[in-house]
Amino acid sequence: MNKIVLGLVVGGILGALDGLSALVSAPETQPQIVGIVIGSTIKGIVAGLLIGWFARKVRSVPAGVAFGFFIGLVLAFLVALMPDAEGKHYWWQIMLPGSIVGLIVGYATQRYGAVARA
Amino acid sequence: MSHITSRAIARLREAVEFPDLAGTQYDAVEAIGRGGMGTVFRVHDRELARDVALKVLSAREVSEDARARMLDEARILARLEHPGIVPVHDVGVLPDGRVFYTMKLVRGSRLDEYARATHEIADLLRVFVRACEAVAFAHSEGVVHRDMKPSNVMVGAFGEVLVLDWGVAKLLDRGTATETTTADAAAPSSSAPSTPPRRSADTATGAVLGTPGFMAPEQARGESAHVDPRSDVYALGAMLRQILQASRAGAMPRRLRAICDRATAVDPAARYPDVASLSRDVERFATGQAVTAYKEHWTERARRLASRHRIAVTLIAAYLLMRVLIFFLDRP
Repeated sequence: MNKIVLGLVVGGILGALDGLSALVSAPETQPQIVGIVIGSTIKGIVAGLLIGWFARKVRSVPAGVAFGFFIGLVLAFLVALMPDAEGKHYWWQIMLPGSIVGLIVGYATQRYGAVARA
Repeated sequence: MSHITSRAIARLREAVEFPDLAGTQYDAVEAIGRGGMGTVFRVHDRELARDVALKVLSAREVSEDARARMLDEARILARLEHPGIVPVHDVGVLPDGRVFYTMKLVRGSRLDEYARATHEIADLLRVFVRACEAVAFAHSEGVVHRDMKPSNVMVGAFGEVLVLDWGVAKLLDRGTATETTTADAAAPSSSAPSTPPRRSADTATGAVLGTPGFMAPEQARGESAHVDPRSDVYALGAMLRQILQASRAGAMPRRLRAICDRATAVDPAARYPDVASLSRDVERFATGQAVTAYKEHWTERARRLASRHRIAVTLIAAYLLMRVLIFFLDRP
């Protein structure tokens, strides 16, 4: 599996799990859970794609982890910008897990996945 | 009446052993090693302006058999062109009739000394695997070393690993354990004696060659016909155990102990079938993978995987911990 596909898969799975975790951390979001999971999965896939592409270009675990953290944080920030029905923003509740998911994808794509042949 | 002291006798012996290199391109510098059959000297090659190692038959070993054995050793070494095997440069006869050959002068530590100064199992395993590669190559060329032990492996200053002392090596008929002639061995240089290649080393049934503690049981019993590459597997297993015990790396992990146990099984059929299989298992251990010599419990497997993917496991644990924290901190 190449690094971009690995990033897509890991990002998608972690994104979906991250979305599902809202059922535990915020049970009141249950009616919107399908939308949350889809949105979180798409966010994970986009993050995985970018981080996987970066891993193909730059072979450095620290750089990959930092890039993953940054991408996760930015995408989570964009999601957190959207308030809920009552106008409440979930800043750190979304940005903290999002950035750690990015960090995990960053590490995974650097450590694992086949290097593209020239 | 005056007595000759033992020290004086030793010096006299040394003087007798010291080779007369007149007529060769070498100047003797110093003795650097002594074996059962010959002595190794550091000599200076005047033509190429470099130091090389010169192994010469001991003054006591003047028989035709000893001469032929020395030549066989040189021919076997010449045949084994591999980065892990010391290359032979030249072979010839000294004015006093003793056979000699020159080879690369290896600078570094013997593996037993190296192991005593090493703290890292991974480093020892790297050296061990490199030695295995050299021995596996020799087996592919139909040569069994028969005297693998830590003192016959040199570790160079730049991490290079060389297997030495092929003096009791045995030539096999490819694919069988039958001894054969060395007729297809590399021919010696023009300055060499013209003794034809003979039946490989010493090996009348009943002769015991090797080092106790490293010799496979079939070798120790003198069953020369039964000595095959698995005898080197045994010696390598014993060598691995010894260097790990001698090192400062602490207790030997269970899986590594199982590898040594399998390699040193009394029954050759219970050992690794070849050196490459042993080497692969050691590499699997070194990279945190399951080894064929040890059936692990699921808890050991989980521990090994967690250790192998320590950072990934730490990151996932950090994520879960963070999720738990959010859960409790976000409660109204």
